[in-house]
Order: sequence, then C-alpha cells, then structure tokens
Amino acid sequence: MAFVDFSAREIHCKIVYYGPGLCGKTRNLQFLHERTSPSRRGQLISLATPNERTLFFDFLPLDVGSLRGFQTRLHLYTVPGQVFYDAARRAILRGVDGIVFVADSQEARLAANVESIRNLEKNLREQGYEIAEIPYVLQLNKRDLPSAMPAAELSRRLAIKGEPTLEATAVTGRGVFETLKSIAREVLLDLRRRRTPSGFTRATAAS
Amino acid sequence: MSPADLVLYEEDFRSLQQILRRLRQESSASVVLLVDKNGQRIASVGDVEALDMTALASLTAGNVAATDGLARILGEREFSVLLHEGEKENIHVSIVAQRVILVVIFGDRSSLGLVRLRVRQAGAELERAFAEITERMEREPVLHSSFEPLLAEITDEDIDRLFSE
Repeated sequence: MAFVDFSAREIHCKIVYYGPGLCGKTRNLQFLHERTSPSRRGQLISLATPNERTLFFDFLPLDVGSLRGFQTRLHLYTVPGQVFYDAARRAILRGVDGIVFVADSQEARLAANVESIRNLEKNLREQGYEIAEIPYVLQLNKRDLPSAMPAAELSRRLAIKGEPTLEATAVTGRGVFETLKSIAREVLLDLRRRRTPSGFTRATAAS
Repeated sequence: MSPADLVLYEEDFRSLQQILRRLRQESSASVVLLVDKNGQRIASVGDVEALDMTALASLTAGNVAATDGLARILGEREFSVLLHEGEKENIHVSIVAQRVILVVIFGDRSSLGLVRLRVRQAGAELERAFAEITERMEREPVLHSSFEPLLAEITDEDIDRLFSE
C-alpha cells in the first residue's frame, strides 16, 4: 500500500523479494546496498540466524529519485525462504505494493521454485491480494552456474502472467539494478492506473 | 479502497501530532511515534533526529506482526501491549484502534507505570481521532483531487528518469 505524503512530497512503496531458500534474495539487497551512495539509502537490516540464513526479513530503504517533484522511496524487504518460516512470510507481505520473485535457475531447484510461487499465491490471497493483479517481476537468478536451466525453458515453467522476466547473477550484481527498476516501474504504473494510493495518504486539501 | 485504507488530511495529521506531543510531555518520554501495521511511519515527536526512524518503524511493525502470529497460535485476537526493557532505554509498544502502532521510547526520567497510564489516555484519544476520520470517510467521498493529477501525469519517461539522477 503505497504511502503518498503530500506535505513532505514523498512517495513510499513496499517491495518484497520472494523465492525459495538460498535463491539469492538477501544477496540482491546486499548488492543494492553496496552500490548505492550512502546519501540515498538507509541501513540494511538483516534479521538472520547465526549462520546467516534469513530468519525474519532483510530491510533496505532506497531513494530512487524524484518523480514529478515527489521523492520516491522504495522499502525493500526479503522473506525467509525456508519452507517452515511460512508465518513470517505472510507477515511480511502485509501492505505489499510489488513482488520480485527470485528463482534459482538450477534444475534441481525447479520444484522448490514452483512450490514457492504456489506458496506466494496462497499467502497473498490470505492478505487479500490476487497474484494476477499485483505488480510482479520474475528474476531468473544464478545464470552463471553450469547447472542453470535454459532461461527460455525456466521462464516457460515459472511465468504466471506474462510478467517482466530478467536474468541475473546476484552474486556479481548482474541484473540486480535492472530487476529493481523493472519492479519500480510496475509499481508506479499500477499506482497511476489506480489513481488513488491506498494505505495512509497525507493529502493537502482540508476536509 | 479496502476497509483498511485511510486518507489523512493535514488537519488530521496535526491533531494526531498534538496527541503524541502531549503524551511525550506527560510521560517524560524521549520519542513517541505512530506507525501503521505495514511499517510506515505516520507521525513522530521528540528526539527523532538521533534515531533511524525508518528502521525503527519497520522493525516495530515486524515485531508486532510476529506477535500477532503468536497471538493467533494461542487463540488470542492480539497482544495489545509489548514492552522491551533495556539498561537505559525502554520501548513500550501498543496497538491502537486495531490498525496503528503507538511506540513510546523512554529512559530513567520516566517509569513504566507513568507510561502505561499516559498511553492508556492517549490511546483513547487516538481511537477517537481515528474513529472520526473513518466516519468522515464513510460520510463524504474522499477528495482525491489533490493527488489524482500527480498520478495521472506520471509518464514512462518520468519512470525511466528515476535511478538515472
């Protein structure tokens, strides 16, 4: 639920990186954090287990520039990918404006990708969203691995609605910014389509 | 709009801010903030420059979401108060009108009893304020005129220009 603050001239959007365990969601955020100037980003917060698996979420606020005089700020979240953290995933989807599904390109992870998309669909529905309607981008990650499936076949197996699909190698940063741009575009176009931002809106007119 | 949506006008914002300011004074707290359940900061008063308020808002909402999950397991609707006690600083978190989170950060200039008392009073005021806002929204269609032009005018080029600055 985008938040538009007319007094401060800011638009805030919540984007969630979803996907199976170890697919590279956290790495996407880490790379964005490393490569963005400190003046345009907040702290990267990682709530992780002692062995660096995401336990609850990672969070990174990023300023991406000005849109018609409105500073646009993206709040990026990851979910924990491991199957048994489902309650945490549901909680993080609350108020989401757009989803990046990070798929692991390795053939051995195909079933995990499919299961995670089904899980996303179910969790979105529980929060009152339909996957068909929410801004959504598919990232095919780990393209550098020899065991990666051909991109065309993978996207044929995973795509759900003709969504923008991007190839990436998050570990080196390839495709990471492109993915973010793509989802930001989808979210802003959705906002334009709906005309009325939902969630909390601070408007200027007196009632 | 979904039932959870709220549009706050400048005067609503000012009256919320006023309630927070009074709560902060009367409870001798260092910071008081109001966060929505999605992690978005709505309003805050106090030494806000000293703290990373964006992170604070997001973590508080995460905390409340996790606690809501615990409540469901026990068959409770919600746990309406959370308390974190530190050596010097403490955080009192409460849910107001089932939709917003009231956070009070206080140190040894205050006490838990005082904060609880003042939060109860301010919570009732905030509930009234949100009830009025909701009522007004049901009574009058929301005036979207102030933001519709902005959203309608966003072009593909505007979006392309983001990130390139």
